[in-house]
Amino acid sequence: MLGHILLISAQINSRSGVPVLEAVAFGVFAEVQRGISAGFSSVRSVWSGYAGLRHVKSENDALTRQLEVAQVALQQQRALADRTRNLERLLGLRDRSNLNTVAADIIAGGATPDFRTLTIDKGTRNGVRADMSVIAPAGVVGRVVMPGTRAAKVQLLIDRNAAAGALVERSRAQGVVTGGGDDRLRLDYVSEVADVMVGDLVVTSGIDGIYPKGYVIGQVESVEKSGGAYKKITVKPAVDFTSLEEVLVVLTPTPAREAADGSVE
Amino acid sequence: MKTARIVLAVAAALALQTTLARYVRGTVALDLVLVVVVYVALTSGPVTGLLTGTFAGLVQDALATGVIGIGGLAKTLVGFLAGVIGTQFIVAQPLPRFFVFFCATLLHAAVFIGLYTLLDLRHFGAPYAAVAGQAAGNAAVGVVAFQLVELLPGAVERRRAAKSRIRR
Repeated sequence: MLGHILLISAQINSRSGVPVLEAVAFGVFAEVQRGISAGFSSVRSVWSGYAGLRHVKSENDALTRQLEVAQVALQQQRALADRTRNLERLLGLRDRSNLNTVAADIIAGGATPDFRTLTIDKGTRNGVRADMSVIAPAGVVGRVVMPGTRAAKVQLLIDRNAAAGALVERSRAQGVVTGGGDDRLRLDYVSEVADVMVGDLVVTSGIDGIYPKGYVIGQVESVEKSGGAYKKITVKPAVDFTSLEEVLVVLTPTPAREAADGSVE
Repeated sequence: MKTARIVLAVAAALALQTTLARYVRGTVALDLVLVVVVYVALTSGPVTGLLTGTFAGLVQDALATGVIGIGGLAKTLVGFLAGVIGTQFIVAQPLPRFFVFFCATLLHAAVFIGLYTLLDLRHFGAPYAAVAGQAAGNAAVGVVAFQLVELLPGAVERRRAAKSRIRR
């Protein structure tokens, strides 16, 4: 009986396209995770904020927040400068550098080690939708895969099934960054003749319709000749996924997404 | 009562898995739910192990982003086989327990990765080192869990006995 219910529910999709079973299980467990996360946060907050370094901790928190804001601003400026260099004659275009974002706290990690996901405390109630990109001050984090009402599941860029359109900032060589399940990324489909060096910055290209253009993905760690038409490139992510606490969900649709939505309509 | 304890243990493992992974480096590779399934199977037999594996696997699948049922099937199989091993062999020492947890993780990975690869849903590359690391980690956690569960009640009783002796 239970097996039948589970199997039937697994195949019925909710309005958002997510199976009902997944949506219900995620919604219920997200609340548990929220409670546990709040408990952990309170204990940590009391310990580190009062028992230890009361004044230094609060000052440090304020400075860290300022730095994060500055880093986001820096990324926005980088994206803006990049766009300006390449499209300076097209001044009539709408300025998209000021992205509309919502800040979210991470309330849980992945339920299984084979899928690299995070749960954030913002959901459809806060305007979060599926396939919205998630960024941190250091760079790109991932995309929303399952938005609940008060929480959402985020697929990290390092997950095996994750990918993003990317380009090498210095040479503008384009490729696709894919996750490997560990803490490194691969930059695929970069031509053997493309100019890519160790240390080059890899940023989003914006062609996937999910991630806004010009945001930092990571740095090239190794470049090898694979013998085929493409290079074998390893990228070290700019974001330390194990120490993330807060992220920003980008609510502004990318130009590619807007174009796709427009063509559907 | 036993069912409630198993459901609570699975829920606690899931909560720990999703919460500790954020705070403690390295825990992201462990599968605490699998540890609970093998523990229950070894202590309660193949049928309870099978049912626990099915329940825990389906819940974990529902919370992950993959196909619902693949993890459930892998854990069902592991739960049943671990239960059979628990009833047919004496698995009461740390080393045999370590071996069972280690092999259970290898079997789970083989079924899980095998099914995903067979259905062409996900590519895992050559995950030998990662699977071996996870197996060793799960086995260590499983052995420690067994020791704690077996030693703690005894420790409490010894403490009470010592207190009553002092009073006399």
